[in-house]
Amino acid sequence: MRILVCVKRVPAPGAKINITADGRAVDTAHLGFTTSPHEECAVEEAVQIAEAHGGEVTVLTLGPAEAEEQLRYAASVGAHSLVLVPIEEVDWDPQRTAAALTATISGIEAAEGAFDLLLFGNESADAGGFQVGVRVAHALGRPIVNGIKGIDVGDGSVTARREIDGGFEVYEVPTPAVLGVKEGINLPRYPTMKGRLASKKAALVTIEQSTEAGGQLRERLHRPVEQVSETVILGEGPEAAAAVVDVLEELGVLA
Amino acid sequence: MTMLVLCDHDRGTLADASLEALTFGRDLAAAAGVSCEAVVIGKGAEGAVGQLAAYGAAVVHLASHDVLTDFGPEAWGETLAQLVASCGASVVTACGTDRGNEVLAQLAARLDEPFVANCREVDPSGDTWSLTRVQWGGSLLEDATLTADHKIVSVAHHVVEAAPASEPAAGTVAAFSPDLDASLARTVVTDRVVLSRGITLSTAPVVVGGGRGVGSAEAFAPLEELAAELGGVVGCSRAVTNNGWRPHSDQVGQTGTRIAPQVYIASGISGAIQHWVGAMASKHILAINTDREANIVTRADWAVIADLHKVIPAITEEIRRRRG
Ligand SMILES: Cc1cc2nc3c(=O)[nH]c(=O)nc-3n(C[C@H](O)[C@H](O)[C@H](O)COP(=O)(O)OP(=O)(O)OC[C@H]3O[C@@H](n4cnc5c(N)ncnc54)[C@H](O)[C@@H]3O)c2cc1C
Ligand SMILES: Nc1ncnc2c1ncn2[C@@H]1O[C@H](COP(=O)(O)O)[C@@H](O)[C@H]1O
Repeated sequence: MRILVCVKRVPAPGAKINITADGRAVDTAHLGFTTSPHEECAVEEAVQIAEAHGGEVTVLTLGPAEAEEQLRYAASVGAHSLVLVPIEEVDWDPQRTAAALTATISGIEAAEGAFDLLLFGNESADAGGFQVGVRVAHALGRPIVNGIKGIDVGDGSVTARREIDGGFEVYEVPTPAVLGVKEGINLPRYPTMKGRLASKKAALVTIEQSTEAGGQLRERLHRPVEQVSETVILGEGPEAAAAVVDVLEELGVLA
Repeated sequence: MTMLVLCDHDRGTLADASLEALTFGRDLAAAAGVSCEAVVIGKGAEGAVGQLAAYGAAVVHLASHDVLTDFGPEAWGETLAQLVASCGASVVTACGTDRGNEVLAQLAARLDEPFVANCREVDPSGDTWSLTRVQWGGSLLEDATLTADHKIVSVAHHVVEAAPASEPAAGTVAAFSPDLDASLARTVVTDRVVLSRGITLSTAPVVVGGGRGVGSAEAFAPLEELAAELGGVVGCSRAVTNNGWRPHSDQVGQTGTRIAPQVYIASGISGAIQHWVGAMASKHILAINTDREANIVTRADWAVIADLHKVIPAITEEIRRRRG
């Protein structure tokens, strides 16, 4: 199987998200970066499929040069080849991102053969546009289903399970297929020392794309207004139990 | 000019999210000066027409085709694209559920138009619209502009409270038969698996949450006991699922479940923003944490500043004592 996974580098904020003075971006001065969680699981899923059925995993990102960090991380947990589409801006809009990823994937496929499976996250952790994977799949003329929490690879098709309230929907999608994956599909492994060393040597290709901006334009980021609550401290040890149960009684949850 | 509101139903019963979409859509249609019309896809939707009219649908488009026997994102997106062309719609909206966002993304890809997911506010005056949408699962808001011939936007779930229109609209039924290629069946649901019917994390009246501070999978036993005593369920943070102590289905937060219990007892959880967005709809929050400065403590209604391993069993014991 030839599998490609699209991942995005995002900041990893803690207690709250700070914004730059011009309101254009998340203030990342004191933050680390990570891969969107759904996509981290997509990488793990791809590696597991390649381990079980044989094959190669390519990981693709569109982002700043520093996104090499997330590509190397993917290599440290088992991805074989890495592709970076460098951009100068903080982020591209979803149409523009999708067009650039489509062009990049088409280029790789023309040179090296088609991918059997393209994996995306269900949505990116920061922008949350819920569309880049769908746009790429449509442009390539391939089927896509989002919200996937289980994949079984068959002969010429994949069985994909999508979570719904209290259960699953099942899809039988012919390959080459595209799936939007959700966290929980697996438990991503941590890199081993050997994996870390290998990741430094993994081949990384940089491919420039210049696609046009789409119709959705970011003006400003801001934080939602939050209600401030006065916290009542009920105690500093197990003797607070009585006060806690008083509260639960008052709330009517003891009935 | 026309706005289409995609409404989802289960054998004629409309989902709450669809009623939110209509409530949002009819106000937006009025502000934009277009007619508000609903689309329901698949068989069995006839029963929903009255309710759609009550919520403001001037026309109800009932789309049917052999390929539309069950949900399929590509077939639904293609149906919507054909209906947009046939009725000359200039605006399309839906609720930002998994399905709503997926089908609107399919539509946008087919029309080669932008799609703005999870809006909170939309100002449709002028050719270019101004809107506010959700980023980071709700931790952050983005003001953006939208320039497009067809404006495609979803409204974030739970932002608008569903309410019938002050006067019911006509709800004129219009049958629509799209021309769908049989190959679109490739992404139609083939089977359903039911896992649980009991209380779930998203519906439980009480959630007892545990974070990294719990320390191990085994140490969740006292949390299970307390949850059982209160008729609730156990939830957890991503630190816990990442350690493999609990299944991901227990995770509360941006990439987990949104909870809205009467009370959320959050123990050994620091309250990172991505956890908080999943917990903030709780009616009340009680934090148990050794750190008085922890984010969850400052945001809680009540807190106990102590070791959860001592406090939780003491609470369970006190409940049992009072029950006698
Ligand atoms: C894009 C993205 C999405 C994410 N999505 C989610 C999500 O959906 N859900 C989620 O939960 N996280 C999510 N996270 C992770 C999040 O940022 C935090 O890392 C995580 O929530 C921390 O979990 P925690 O509070 O259990 O651990 P910690 O932050 O380590 O906190 C542990 C807390 O336990 C307290 N404690 C320790 N020992 C005790 C004791 N004996 N008794 C009482 N208190 C004690 C400590 O004081 C501390 O406050 C996401 C992160 C990113 C970047
Ligand atoms: N800059 C990017 N680089 C690579 N993949 C991306 C990028 N942005 C989005 N994606 C992929 O598209 C999915 C959906 O993104 P979005 O439409 O922003 O919610 C993500 O989960 C990623 O898999």
